Amino acid sequence: MTTKIRVATTSLAGCFGCHMSFLDIDERMLQLVELVEFDRSPITDIEHCTNCDIGLIEGGVCNSENVHVLREFRKNCKILVAVGACAINGGLPAMRNFISLEECLNEAYIDGIGVENAQIPSDPELPLLLDKVRPIHEVVKIDYFLPGCPPSADVFWKFLTDLIEGREPSLSYELVHYD
Amino acid sequence: MSKTITIDGQIIPFEEGQTIMEAATEAGVYIPHLCHNPEFTPHGSCKLCTVNVNGRTCSACTFPAMEGQQILNDAKDINEDRKKITQMLFVEGNHFCPSCEKTGNCQLQAVAYHLNMLDDHFPLFYPHREMDASHAEVLIDHNRCIFCTLCVRASQQKDGKDVFAISGRGINKHLIVNAESGLLKDSELKATDQAAHVCPTGAILIKRTGYQIPIGERIYDHTQIDQVSLNSENLQHDN
Repeated sequence: MTTKIRVATTSLAGCFGCHMSFLDIDERMLQLVELVEFDRSPITDIEHCTNCDIGLIEGGVCNSENVHVLREFRKNCKILVAVGACAINGGLPAMRNFISLEECLNEAYIDGIGVENAQIPSDPELPLLLDKVRPIHEVVKIDYFLPGCPPSADVFWKFLTDLIEGREPSLSYELVHYD
Repeated sequence: MSKTITIDGQIIPFEEGQTIMEAATEAGVYIPHLCHNPEFTPHGSCKLCTVNVNGRTCSACTFPAMEGQQILNDAKDINEDRKKITQMLFVEGNHFCPSCEKTGNCQLQAVAYHLNMLDDHFPLFYPHREMDASHAEVLIDHNRCIFCTLCVRASQQKDGKDVFAISGRGINKHLIVNAESGLLKDSELKATDQAAHVCPTGAILIKRTGYQIPIGERIYDHTQIDQVSLNSENLQHDN
């Protein structure tokens, strides 16, 4: 069993939509788990990844914890993959890049409609927000990119089977979408 | 005996005065482009149509076809350069396809698909750009403008107006509107003007039409831009 390919996945500043799309491979998941073993992932609840072959990263980088997780993945995964629009260009969360962090926090926690006991959360346990949301290739080296919002289940399937079977992954025209 | 050029080994006839782009299009050879549109004077600014002519790099949309030219077009290194150019266009603006009405019908996106561009490669600029939603029927989202000047040319050459211009240089370059207020609502633009329809990206949009065709059924969702471009541009030429 130790010969199985080890895959870790995480969602940083993402919506888990890419993970949901991954699960859309449906019954092909049964074929996949014959070949791969999941390490750190929302599927397993393992907290830290160790010696993985493939790391799938959903979402961009919006806070300090995202940076630490991303670096942990890079350190422990032979192949690191940016999955989805947010990992590739920041995506929807990066739309806050045009508004100052102070304005964002004030709108959410001070001035927002229906806010009670207004205060900006400052518990030391909470990761600090970055001033801008960044794509992950600006923080660590990324080996492959799977565009889409989200990439379709077929993109995950084609990419992973190519990689597992020793082919250079390639996506046909129909599989490449930015939306 | 008509004059000929050679593109990727294919012999292509041309008429005196034609550009390489015009000769190629007539012969059914696609050269990627964004700022070129056969209806308007060539501008040569996007550099997507970069080809190698007798060992030198030229823009096919502005360079005249001349007897005996040996041209490389669909070559690996040229397409790599085109991909880098496209990535630069993406990172210097704000091109968030999932939230853009033009997705699937966007030529910038379609060229990127055609070149199998999977990432942005460069650090993103996230420039702060405004929207102009003042006009009753037409919207400008400056985030998506690539300064191709097609709206500028269409307004001047087809609509007989002078609604748009490009102002500033380098990173400060931006599209401006000919009105004292600077707002589209105070300009002469009408939704029926060609300038309102010619934008290759989602920078100039007709309001309330963006989702008439669902995502997934749009022009470039299943057909590559080379096919779409050759069909429509040869059709325009025949007319």
